[in-house]
Amino acid sequence: MDPGDLFGAGPRAVSLAAGADVTGFRNAVRRLVAGDVPPERVVWSVGEAPGLFGATDESGETPPLALPRGVADLVTRVVPHRDPERYALLYTLVWRVLHGERRLLEVSSDPLVHRLERMAKAIARDLHKMHAFLRFRLVEGEGPERFVAWFEPDHHILQAAAPFFVGRFRSLHWTILTPEGSALWDTSALTFGPPGRREDAPTRDGFEAGWRDYYESTFNPARTNLAAMRAEMPKKYWRNMPETAAIPGLVRAAASRTDSMIERAPQKAIKRDPVRAVAAMADQAPESLDALNAIIRRSEPLVPGATQAVLGEGRVGAAIAFVGEQPGDHEDRQGRPFVGPAGQLLSKAMAEAGLVRGDAYLTNAVKHFKFEERGKRRIHQNPTAGEVSHYRWWLERELDFVAPRLVVALGATAVLALAGRAIPVTRARGPAEFGKGYAGFITVHPSYLLRLPDGAKDEAYAAFVQDLRRVGELATRLAA
Amino acid sequence: MDEALAKKLRILADAAKYDASCSSSGAPKRTAGKGELGSTTGAGICHAYTPDGRCISLLKILLTNYCLFDCAYCVNRRSSNVARAKFTVEEVVTLTVEFYKRNYIEGLFLSSGIIKSPDHTMELLTRVAKSLRRDHGFRGYIHLKSIPEASPWLIEEAGLYADRLSINVELPTEVSLERLAPEKNGLVIQNAIQQIGERIVEAKAEKRRFSPAGQSTQVIVGADATTDEALMRKSAHLYGSFNLKRVYYSAFSPIPDGSTILPLKSPPLQREHRLYQGDWLLRYYGFTPDDVADATEDGMFALDVDPKLAWALKHRAHFPLDVNRADREWLLRVPGLGARAVDKIIRARRHTRLRLEDVARLTSGLKRARPFLITEDYRPSGGLTDRLDLRARLAEPPKQLSLF
Repeated sequence: MDPGDLFGAGPRAVSLAAGADVTGFRNAVRRLVAGDVPPERVVWSVGEAPGLFGATDESGETPPLALPRGVADLVTRVVPHRDPERYALLYTLVWRVLHGERRLLEVSSDPLVHRLERMAKAIARDLHKMHAFLRFRLVEGEGPERFVAWFEPDHHILQAAAPFFVGRFRSLHWTILTPEGSALWDTSALTFGPPGRREDAPTRDGFEAGWRDYYESTFNPARTNLAAMRAEMPKKYWRNMPETAAIPGLVRAAASRTDSMIERAPQKAIKRDPVRAVAAMADQAPESLDALNAIIRRSEPLVPGATQAVLGEGRVGAAIAFVGEQPGDHEDRQGRPFVGPAGQLLSKAMAEAGLVRGDAYLTNAVKHFKFEERGKRRIHQNPTAGEVSHYRWWLERELDFVAPRLVVALGATAVLALAGRAIPVTRARGPAEFGKGYAGFITVHPSYLLRLPDGAKDEAYAAFVQDLRRVGELATRLAA
Repeated sequence: MDEALAKKLRILADAAKYDASCSSSGAPKRTAGKGELGSTTGAGICHAYTPDGRCISLLKILLTNYCLFDCAYCVNRRSSNVARAKFTVEEVVTLTVEFYKRNYIEGLFLSSGIIKSPDHTMELLTRVAKSLRRDHGFRGYIHLKSIPEASPWLIEEAGLYADRLSINVELPTEVSLERLAPEKNGLVIQNAIQQIGERIVEAKAEKRRFSPAGQSTQVIVGADATTDEALMRKSAHLYGSFNLKRVYYSAFSPIPDGSTILPLKSPPLQREHRLYQGDWLLRYYGFTPDDVADATEDGMFALDVDPKLAWALKHRAHFPLDVNRADREWLLRVPGLGARAVDKIIRARRHTRLRLEDVARLTSGLKRARPFLITEDYRPSGGLTDRLDLRARLAEPPKQLSLF
């Protein structure tokens, strides 16, 4: 205990570790507040080396302080500042917050708050520039790739800056060296070590020349604006950024490069005009159903998991096209539409209604099976509206090629795909308009019939067969 | 890195640099999982600045600068005599990953000249993005410049891998497009922008991934006679109807091997700057397109005062405003006060009466704001707000931003 405390009014010395000693400061604040020591009585000093003082002493003996979240947060943000006054300023803030000015932080115009906010901003900038301007170099040698960077921050920010690099370069081995300490990541743990030296980092990297080429080429000499560059990338950073070596040359040549661009009269094209290639560009659209199907077949499922794309089946020019929802488990395995239980039910109903399945075109609004795995079973999941729109382009082209007289939408998803908007099937059941060159018809999806309780099944199935009869009649009438 | 690849890089970076939309912002924050490479930060990071003051955030390159289109404003048009090159998909992937590992970039901004067909080109662009994500566990930022003439399903696929898709409007009117970009069509461009916009909204609602950082576009300024007012109305329409994240304005710049049908002189860079300021008024300051139009003279923004100041000078009757009382909406109209400063003012005045020195701590634009403000201890003297020479007092001296 220092002698000042005997009288309750003498100065109180607090010594903290060098660098950003958040723990030491927090413990000191707890003790000072518990002892009711006002800021003007505290003399803050900072040790020579990190970890020698402060952080270890008397922790846990005083209860934590309840501070507004914003205050604790500001403390963490300002402590890395190199200004020796930072601890005194922060303690004054804490003191005022605890003595009647609980919402002091909201008053950004208060000189103390203003100053601390500016310090926090300086730290944020320093962190941002470290994240931006640090350059790794590959260490030559055997084994997994290892990268090393040398960087000189303005403030004590190594610990605060490191998590960003972990989140970004998690799969790499890397070391960041600074004059105050180093950080090492081995793809699973982050450790902090002693200060590094510039010489400890590699002096070259195989991609630096390419990077400098890129830097030079992306610069537009007609827009030279050095003040803007320096404001964002002050010169003090340049020595650790390999690309900045190109700056003097770029600046020197900028004016003459610009002048020559302007003075040079427009030139005639040297090469022959590629007339045929330009004309051929227009032929990119698939020219047949087979060509379209080839595109669909090699495209990725929107929702991963499907074995294959399930294409439409039937002949081009079929009078009736049936559009279902999406392939199910069986369809996905066999690569053919309507071959599972619902498809079999559809075939049966078609036969009863006097339709020949082989004469019709059958396809789905969505070409890939979407499911959820439950144990060994793959449980069908409805496609979302967005997924239906995603697949709609193909359905439209497909029907353009097939050119049926009548398109039957089986269930809500097919209706959504064909009409471009959701329409309740129960209300719209029957002939419909999809705004295209063919007539439309809306009915339920056969899988709906499979899900009904036994009592309701027969009646619903009869109604479905009745719908299909109407479809047949309608197609005949359209042919006439 | 071998010299052949370096040479391609020089050609294809040079060919890509006229596109201004280079930011890596807007992506939801994410970090690399085990075995993955890359993260996104929300606002994006500028990893270097070139002597034109512009930021390098993404590796901005073309897949190829061979092009079958003949857009007059473009350095890569088929009738231009520039050197040509073409990357393979693997080369772009390698450059992206290796540059990324060295912390040079936030990710990739890939665009391309049209080779063979728009579909073929779009497929190549998507293959790059897909390979980065699938084969390299790449979680960094990917911006694909989509090709509006490509088949719609290809644009759908690109959105699965890209953080941002963009389609350039290029020229603000159909007439200019026809004259300067004969292979392009305004309706095709608009349909593609609309398709992307709809898919982004759906995917967000369904919590799926589709161009999560949204959609942006670029308009070329000064290649035709379109006024600033018309540009601002066009942008307001793009923001309002298609939910665009950003419209970029690119003052057309002299290019090597320029075309004969372009104007001889490029517009001052200050004009581009004013357009961005006008754009911000639309997006963050509650200005309607009519308000912004009101800040112009004969449809053009003044070069010596910013659009907000121009508006205030025209509507002096509304000022001076009392910082301790005025609504947020009105404080946002005070020249020199940014949106953040306004929020700080509103927060602080709940606890204290603001004096002029307090306001000075909250904004760096006090010089411009002063004539339009009343504080606890200050009011513009001698009818400062009404003085005829106010504009001259506040105008910026001509900057060296102009090219010549």
